[in-house]
Amino acid sequence: MDWHVQRRSVLGAGLLGAGTWLGRRFSQPALAQERAPTAPALHHQGMTTLGEVDHLRNGFDPHVLLTQWDEGRVSMLSTGQRLREYDIAAVEREIEVAPGVFYPAWTYNGQVPGPTIRVTEGDRIRIRFTNQGTHLHTLHFHGIHGAKQDGIPGVMEAAPGQTVTYEFDAKPFGCHLYHCHSVPFKRHLHKGLYGAFIVDPDPERHPDQTEVARSRLLGSPENQRWQELLMVMNAFDTNFDEENEVYAVNSIPHAYMKQPIRIERDRPVRIYLINVTEFDPINSFHLHANFFDYYDHGTTLTPTHRTIDTVMLCQAQRGIIECSFADFAPGVYMFHAHQAEFAELGWMSAFEVVV
Amino acid sequence: MTTLPWRWVLPPILLAGLAALLLTMSPARLINLNAPPLESLIVERTVLDDQGISLKVRAEGSKPMIIAQVQVDGAYWAFTQQPPGPIRRLATATVQIPYLWVKGEAHHVQFLTNTGVVIAHPIEVALPTPGLSLATLLGYGWLGLYVGLVPVGLGMLCYPYLKVLGQRGLTFVLTLTLGMLAFLLVDTLQEGLELAGKAAIAFQGQALVWLGATVACLALFAVGRHRGKPPEGPALSTYMALGIGLHNLGEGLAIGTAFALGELALGSFLVIGFTLHNLTEGLGIVAPLLKQKLRWQTFVALAALAGLPAVVGLWVGAFAFSPHWAALFLGIGAGAILQVIVELSTYLQQRHQPGNSGMSYLSLFGFMTGLIIMYSTALMVKF
Repeated sequence: MDWHVQRRSVLGAGLLGAGTWLGRRFSQPALAQERAPTAPALHHQGMTTLGEVDHLRNGFDPHVLLTQWDEGRVSMLSTGQRLREYDIAAVEREIEVAPGVFYPAWTYNGQVPGPTIRVTEGDRIRIRFTNQGTHLHTLHFHGIHGAKQDGIPGVMEAAPGQTVTYEFDAKPFGCHLYHCHSVPFKRHLHKGLYGAFIVDPDPERHPDQTEVARSRLLGSPENQRWQELLMVMNAFDTNFDEENEVYAVNSIPHAYMKQPIRIERDRPVRIYLINVTEFDPINSFHLHANFFDYYDHGTTLTPTHRTIDTVMLCQAQRGIIECSFADFAPGVYMFHAHQAEFAELGWMSAFEVVV
Repeated sequence: MTTLPWRWVLPPILLAGLAALLLTMSPARLINLNAPPLESLIVERTVLDDQGISLKVRAEGSKPMIIAQVQVDGAYWAFTQQPPGPIRRLATATVQIPYLWVKGEAHHVQFLTNTGVVIAHPIEVALPTPGLSLATLLGYGWLGLYVGLVPVGLGMLCYPYLKVLGQRGLTFVLTLTLGMLAFLLVDTLQEGLELAGKAAIAFQGQALVWLGATVACLALFAVGRHRGKPPEGPALSTYMALGIGLHNLGEGLAIGTAFALGELALGSFLVIGFTLHNLTEGLGIVAPLLKQKLRWQTFVALAALAGLPAVVGLWVGAFAFSPHWAALFLGIGAGAILQVIVELSTYLQQRHQPGNSGMSYLSLFGFMTGLIIMYSTALMVKF
């Protein structure tokens, strides 16, 4: 566990331009994303957002979000169950959602999407949720838990200034999400109150598929081979007309076009894909020049779709994509929503496959 | 220096003090109101060429406005802005987008400001904007002559027909002219008010139309009657030509802009329509001259005054259009037409000696015929 804490600090240093060298020396879940692009920016002959978002001022960087797993403060309960504790605050703040365009967001811990909570199946999760905003907010987890922990209006809802503590066991394993469930519902969602909740399978509970389960368990030797990436498909309605002006994965449009995500060719890729796009009923993920296996909701260890290159997700639907670029020619491989509308409004990205 | 003249000095000092107070301490704060700035942007000119789309925008926000991103047809596009940076209230900037627009199809431009406000600018039909060259100038010039000078001149050539009319015939022609002018007055005001809606709100385009009309009308009255009596004969014809000329300027502006924006298909149908429509105008101009001997120089000058402004209108409309200026000019045109209506009515009144008010079935018939002719010929040219 300590190793991953170190990895986060490595990425933090990378932001300042010093971490790249260190990053190459460690075995990485995914290649450290350097600030300086190595591939030429893909600008599609002018079809792009103009300029750069100031990630430092925003307090979050889409390239860092890709691999920033928050495993919480870990301890053991007397029962032998592992306890993971988190502090999450609802913060109302302005963020730059496209170069030069500022949006009055509601955030978890100041970032959109909120911190990626990554735990193991069966862990006890305890989250101190503080509402630092001016409206009622909750944490509503997609997972299995009792009605009293559901985080809906009137149930574990935090008034401004109030702190509530959620506690439940992490199940089922899979790729999930959490979001605010206070009303008005759409407004609380599209203003930015959502984040990823990833539950890794416990290999001991899946004796038939131990190998597969181990590859999904963060930190295991089998998992180290994989380049794991978080992608939250989201959008912003900047003029509040219930139509989105900006689409992206991990909030910033064209971020992975202007600087493609570096992928080591010979290591497999696993994407935790979550759709939280508001107003549009569906979103999608399409990979160029390659096909992938897909695990709907990530709740199975065998793919629910095999050998597809496009997957469609309704609001709050999510899943795990597994693909490989082994033996592929190095170069830039695009991926994007195959609703051209979303792609042209920012949800357009690319991998740079390197040897 | 005996005493300080306080009663002279105090008002400006207090006024300056009040202004300073209001500027430093926003009065909105008194009611704890922290409203976001008002943002508004209008596109005054659209140019489509092989460089892409170029838009002259005028900001009229309560604070300087920042264009953060530009979308064309629902896609983000890189753009350049000259001059760059925030656009002050009522200042203009040119936004150039390297977009491969499609000839004959519609496009939608949207500006996204730094606060996320979206301002839309639809392009109805994309057609290459004529560049300023001798060829295009001549082309638009010819078109202006077709719709302005030629029909007015043709109408004026009906002079010999009018000359042989009797007293009643003349009354009919003059009241017909009055009807035609009444139509033009309404039409010009309407065009002006329509254009006013396309201008920046701060310019108060509708007020420009009405004020332009009032001032023009009063000024022409003052000039026309500076000898103490209403104008007649050649003078009345001149004022009529001026009023009609200003109306034709507006017509030219409308056609020029419409062509430049691709909103109008150039057809012989349209030119024929304008010819018939403006023929009546020429008829009206010569009506007050029937008692005099008409010199050909006067004839040419009147035709030029009434018809050539259409050429100027076409040029300005196609190459240098600004809706607020156009609204003002149309207002002035309406004022000029109103002056002619009043003076022509006065003239008609004077023709009819005591005992006859000048209001007869014949006059009413003439007036209505004028309205109907203008209305029905306008059916062909309204778009």
